[in-house]
Amino acid sequence: MLFADSRFPGGGHVHSGGLEEAAARGLVRDEADLPAFLTGRLRTAGALAAVFAAAAAHGGDWAVLEAELDARTPSAAQREASRAQGAATARAAAAMFPPTSHQPPVRDASNSRSTVRYPGGPPPPDPGAGPVPSLPAGADENGDVDLPVDNPGLGVDSSGGERKVRAGIGALLGEVRRPHHAIVLGAAVAAGGGGPRDAALAAAYLSVSGPASAGVRLLGLDPLRVNGIVAALAGVVTEVADRAALTADRAPADLPAPGAPGLDLLSEEHRRHHREQVRLFAS
Amino acid sequence: MHGDHGLDPTATGPDPHDARPPAGRAVRLGVGGPVGSGKTALVAALCRALGAEVELAVVTNDIYTTEDADFLRAAGVLAPERIEAVQTGCCPHTAIRDDITANLDAVDRLTERFPALRLVIIESGGDNLTAVFSRGLVDRQIFVVDVAGGDKVPRKGGPGVTTADLLVINKTDLAERVGADLDVMSGDAHRIRKGLPVTLQSLVDTPDAPAVAGWVREQLTAT
Repeated sequence: MLFADSRFPGGGHVHSGGLEEAAARGLVRDEADLPAFLTGRLRTAGALAAVFAAAAAHGGDWAVLEAELDARTPSAAQREASRAQGAATARAAAAMFPPTSHQPPVRDASNSRSTVRYPGGPPPPDPGAGPVPSLPAGADENGDVDLPVDNPGLGVDSSGGERKVRAGIGALLGEVRRPHHAIVLGAAVAAGGGGPRDAALAAAYLSVSGPASAGVRLLGLDPLRVNGIVAALAGVVTEVADRAALTADRAPADLPAPGAPGLDLLSEEHRRHHREQVRLFAS
Repeated sequence: MHGDHGLDPTATGPDPHDARPPAGRAVRLGVGGPVGSGKTALVAALCRALGAEVELAVVTNDIYTTEDADFLRAAGVLAPERIEAVQTGCCPHTAIRDDITANLDAVDRLTERFPALRLVIIESGGDNLTAVFSRGLVDRQIFVVDVAGGDKVPRKGGPGVTTADLLVINKTDLAERVGADLDVMSGDAHRIRKGLPVTLQSLVDTPDAPAVAGWVREQLTAT
């Protein structure tokens, strides 16, 4: 739940998910225009993020996952926005799950980036309970959604899979310099004891909550109505998350590739256009 | 200095811990304050005063366009590669306090580009008196208020006024025109800050901000 909380310091507040450009073009002017924009985003960019967050939570070759998500994100501006939020989330996640050795993480002196290097390698798998109690198989963090228990992508793999993903964040940062947001999210959720569907749910929710909040700040939209609009998307959010969880264990090359040319073009235009003019959001 | 704040629910204390950055890391100096108080001009003055002797760079949360970059280049204040702009998504105080990751990323980019960096100045977007920098982002912070904002401002307090490592009361050359009593402002500021440093200045009178520049040099020596 921490990852979906708007208080989570993951850098999300500076990204509008294309809303700033859409608003500049008059495509989103008021609360009535918002549902269509958010639903569209959720079913495309949101679905893509959910798919890869679920796959990352399942575990696998980080560099390959990263390359496959790269290939599915044609807009350079969206790739950079994803990496910026990935870096921020990784920073926050590293502070949430410190290594179990006594050595604190150090910044690599030769290239002090946002990646954190753990002396002696990534944190060893934790044999006991992690910082967050493991979720029982099949339950989401709210515990109030019925899920088929034979679904392969759900819950926590309490065998060796759990140990493998606990080393995930450190290993991810060691292999990929600036991972995409969805992949960091998946790795971090897994490190906290969550499963693919939990990661997918967080990714799907974040894909609309951020832009909705941007609408409140940029256009002065009524926060109460906007909250209602986001709440009304709950069904689609869970549907996107469920579908993403189903593909979590696929080979990375076979993962779905939902996309939205409209959003890609908006984000490219945003970057180009707003270099000369006032730009309030990074994307 | 860190005495009893009584029953004032808005009172905050200065950070009692010595913020010593890890050895080798550039010192991060935050410059905050309300809109129009003169932050940008002060940052530019500090760059001019210190740029030749200190490896420095700037992160600005203020709205920054190519027009601004061109101006700075033409004025010879700082090479544009030494300035990183961060968009704050209409949340200037969030970016310096609640979610500092975008600013941390910008600092990292500058450090990568200039490995010998000694000082990074982080300028906040103009906000109100409640905005203050997170200690996770900066090692020291300057809060700038100006006389045209009203001479009751220091008395009102707020975390910027009371806890900043240096309070600058700016644009003193305007005091007479706006009916601001400098003695009142200075006296109130010293009282509410319980001895923490206060500087009154005017960039019209002293364009190189010697008092502030001297204070910054002291901070660099101490860390």
